[in-house]
Amino acid sequence: MSRPEDILPPDLFYNDNESRKYTKSSRIRNIQANMTDRALELLDLKSPSLILDLGCGSGLSGEMLSEVPPDQGGPHTWIGMDISPSMLDVALQREVDGDLFLADIGQGVPFRPGSFDAAISISAIQWLCNAETSDVTAEGRLRRFFEGLYASLRRGGRAVCQFYPKNDTQRSMISGAAIKAGFGAGILEDDPGTKSSKLYLVLTVGGGGLPGDITGVVNGMDDVSVLDARRKAQEINNARGPPRKGDKAWILNKKEQMAKKGKVVKSNSKFTGRKRRIAF
Amino acid sequence: MKVITANFVTCAVKECKTSPASFPLHFHDAELEQQELDFQPEFIRNVIPRIDWEALRATANELGFPSLPDAKPEGQALENEQTLRDLHRMLLETHVSEGKLVCGNCNHAYTIKEGIANFLLPSHLGERIHRPETQWVTNASQFE
Repeated sequence: MSRPEDILPPDLFYNDNESRKYTKSSRIRNIQANMTDRALELLDLKSPSLILDLGCGSGLSGEMLSEVPPDQGGPHTWIGMDISPSMLDVALQREVDGDLFLADIGQGVPFRPGSFDAAISISAIQWLCNAETSDVTAEGRLRRFFEGLYASLRRGGRAVCQFYPKNDTQRSMISGAAIKAGFGAGILEDDPGTKSSKLYLVLTVGGGGLPGDITGVVNGMDDVSVLDARRKAQEINNARGPPRKGDKAWILNKKEQMAKKGKVVKSNSKFTGRKRRIAF
Repeated sequence: MKVITANFVTCAVKECKTSPASFPLHFHDAELEQQELDFQPEFIRNVIPRIDWEALRATANELGFPSLPDAKPEGQALENEQTLRDLHRMLLETHVSEGKLVCGNCNHAYTIKEGIANFLLPSHLGERIHRPETQWVTNASQFE
């Protein structure tokens, strides 16, 4: 299936017709509802909170925030931002409870520091990877977005952004931008490897109210296997083990030891530790 | 746009982030609307510590509300249901349906239509790549 991101910028792609179709389609509504449920589970809010909905569209996700029953910590009050006027118009007709802003999240998040308990974004932030005019860059838009979001969340707050990256480059570009802005970041992937796989970027500010690191977000959830990229990298490092006698690292180490003892040691070069070619 | 939102929103222009005059934004020609909403004492208690009381007093003044108490209700005062109900009515049930929000620093006016504020910035106010203003153009034919 073609990606809408490759066709037009979001404010033009979601015109009146497309917005109406998007909101009416029961298939899309169903997927959106499931993803919002998952995001709420990851946010783990205990009491009625103030939530920012980034790329709220016609309020499909926001509507669910207002409908969280009191025994699950709801209902939440939300503020939505979207760049498509047509989508917001549909939201207006549906009389959603949240406050709506017509704004480009790539231009920043215009709220006071520490305003929100949490932020949620369903199928929106991959749009930031496109720079539609020559005077902005995708990196700049992502940076401005994440920096603004980081500031507007309170300490201990969390953000969950579900997104559809085009490829691994986009995926690492987005998560890299979030980490650079100061977030603790982790990615939850539902149904990995299938066509309906869903990626959730889970971001925390100041620990996100967790006792340990970001992996604590999925503690107590069923069927989640934890892949720690950091641990993996460390294991690869350890697997190499100590330098073996005779290899380059060993020779360099020995030379350093000898130099420290005050012995005369030949200087290091690119030929250090190499084998001599067989000569006739 | 709810009154509570006006207490959190700032000017979107990057240069205004550092100026104290950019918050709160000032309402001009505001038309108000009341919309019933379920009373949630929990939410009010949760959000009150984050409210900038001075800014709220200024906003209430601009919108023509009776003046608010000098100090933010705290501790015992938050147990009083009438106080919470008043706050709920003002913060969550009062909407600004039409009007303008003006930044005190750059004077940019954000229009509010049907309750939706337009925070899209024209490209010269958003962040841009800095291209050099002078350019060196060699035109060989000039030197022939």
